[in-house]
Amino acid sequence: MRELRMYEALVEAQAEEMRRDESVFVMGEDVGLFGGTFRATEGLMAEFGSRRVRDTPIAEAGIVGLAIGAAFAGLRPVPELMTMNFAIVAMDQIVNHLAKLRYSFGGQFNLPVTIRAPGGGGTQKGSQHSHSIESWFVNAPGIRVVIPSTPGDAKGLLKTSIRSDDPVLFVEHEMLYSVKGPVPEDDYLIPLGRADVKRAGSDVTVVAWSKMVHEALAAAEVLAAEGIEVEVLDPRTLDPFDWEAVYGSVARTRRCVVAEEGWRTLGVGAEIAARVQETLFHELDAPVQRVGAVDVPTPYAKNLEQAALPHAEDIVNAVLKIAT
Amino acid sequence: MLAATEKIRLYRQMLLIRRIEERVAESYGEQKIGGFTHLYIGQEAVGVGCLSVLNADDYVMSTYRDHGHFLARGGDPKKFMAELFGRRDGICKGKGGSMHLADAEHYFFGGTGIVGGNIPIAAGLGFACHYREDDRVVMCFFGDGATNQGVFHEGLNFAKLWNLPVIFVCENNFYGIGTGVSSSSSLSDVYKKAQGYGMPGYRVNGMDVLEVRQTAEEVVRLVRGGAGPALIEARCYRYQGHSMTDPGRYRARAEEELWRKRDPLPRLAKHLLDEGHVSSERLDELDREIEELCEEAVRYAEASPEPELSALTEDMYVNRYPSDPHA
Repeated sequence: MRELRMYEALVEAQAEEMRRDESVFVMGEDVGLFGGTFRATEGLMAEFGSRRVRDTPIAEAGIVGLAIGAAFAGLRPVPELMTMNFAIVAMDQIVNHLAKLRYSFGGQFNLPVTIRAPGGGGTQKGSQHSHSIESWFVNAPGIRVVIPSTPGDAKGLLKTSIRSDDPVLFVEHEMLYSVKGPVPEDDYLIPLGRADVKRAGSDVTVVAWSKMVHEALAAAEVLAAEGIEVEVLDPRTLDPFDWEAVYGSVARTRRCVVAEEGWRTLGVGAEIAARVQETLFHELDAPVQRVGAVDVPTPYAKNLEQAALPHAEDIVNAVLKIAT
Repeated sequence: MLAATEKIRLYRQMLLIRRIEERVAESYGEQKIGGFTHLYIGQEAVGVGCLSVLNADDYVMSTYRDHGHFLARGGDPKKFMAELFGRRDGICKGKGGSMHLADAEHYFFGGTGIVGGNIPIAAGLGFACHYREDDRVVMCFFGDGATNQGVFHEGLNFAKLWNLPVIFVCENNFYGIGTGVSSSSSLSDVYKKAQGYGMPGYRVNGMDVLEVRQTAEEVVRLVRGGAGPALIEARCYRYQGHSMTDPGRYRARAEEELWRKRDPLPRLAKHLLDEGHVSSERLDELDREIEELCEEAVRYAEASPEPELSALTEDMYVNRYPSDPHA
């Protein structure tokens, strides 16, 4: 199969959906002429023009609000927040309006908005530009949270998100944009709520998403050399969540590690650990382990930043703690 | 010259809002209505006058003080009251309440409990009109307090930048809860804020429904014609507190009395009589008709059952998945 970089897969997904459906449009800061800060909208303005690819002011709450209004009126907006960090600026529009209004209005309207937002740390951007805050949105009922780790998943999940009649926060990782991988050329759709086994194994289940999938795969290589077979399970969407896949895998391996880049305290990993022990308490051979970022604002200095973020090595240590 | 029938229609709508709001206050006192309830009494001329000039398929957005807008837009008083009572037959199935009335049939995209939160959304509705090149316009209501929020700036900037057909209607009742406009806004003349975005700003007497209507008609005509967005500041007064739990100690009695004298209802009643559009018998008859409508709305709300508990997890998403909550 042909290989694309993650950003190319994202461009392809948006272009295909825009060709398919006139009501789909892209908007955001520097998405048009500039082509997107991370090139994830590159070429869209050339093909679709400035009517359907809108450069916006730097006004994140306004961007999301505008998308909500357009969706109320039946359009299918795909706004890009230049980074996930700016979702915090738009929090009221995302949580109080986008996620709640369908329910509060008794289901009278649909809000098919797909917000794309790149995030994550690891490139020395300091405390305000290194966020992995997907757990904040998983905690808010009313919005789906999709978070791919490979170019193929990115294409299939973004197309499904855009076609979804519900709001989606589509979280990308800045360090994955140039990662290459196989991407189907056809009209490729991946259903939401379906986890993917990124590596099969029988000894320990590592649940990881976004960039941590790659850290988990690296950890699995190291552990395989030690004779420990790790299963890397990528939920791909955090809301909806494929609990059956996690329970099924952990029921076989009897051990579970959750690895996320976000802060460890009250992260998505905390929820997964809680549910796994609620559901599989008697089948577990060891307590569920959590790997996540140290609970500090991400520092700038390279060594401190690396110390704050979780790595393959932390996953190796967590696995060794319960597998030996 | 406005037809007598249209003037009578405006009067009837204002009277309906006034009387039904009095019923709301009564029912709130009887604890049949809970939560926050913000009455529109005193401001009726603004919503009624502005909405009277829209087409049936134009888009409307409101605030948490949305009762008057919902009704003036043609919303069903029975479904309105049932919503406030938290009943199954409420317009939002009892899930929204006073601050979140919405009505798809009338393109009324609801009230929001976040001051100013509706403003960028209204710009988005305008964007959709523009995108589809239809000739709809958007009317977005908010209070003076909202004009100090960041999203007010963002929404107006977007609207003018992209020449969107949005009429921003600021109901300046001079108070953001208990803080006066001069204590909260660097510019008390809200209509002048429009100039900062290069759009026209109009000021009207929000206690005179005929004046409101006349200005709104002209503004809507211009906006629909492609002139870009506009702001109308309607100066008005809410006769009750900010919400049902507000005794209103921050306002001088003399000020309240002054504004009572400007009440839009007796004002229009006098005009209708003076012009010979109605007889006083006809006005009494209207009173009785509205009284009956309000009575019917309360009866309907009281008779409507509470929502089924299964409704708890419905209406959040179109597509449901096994991980979603089920009651």
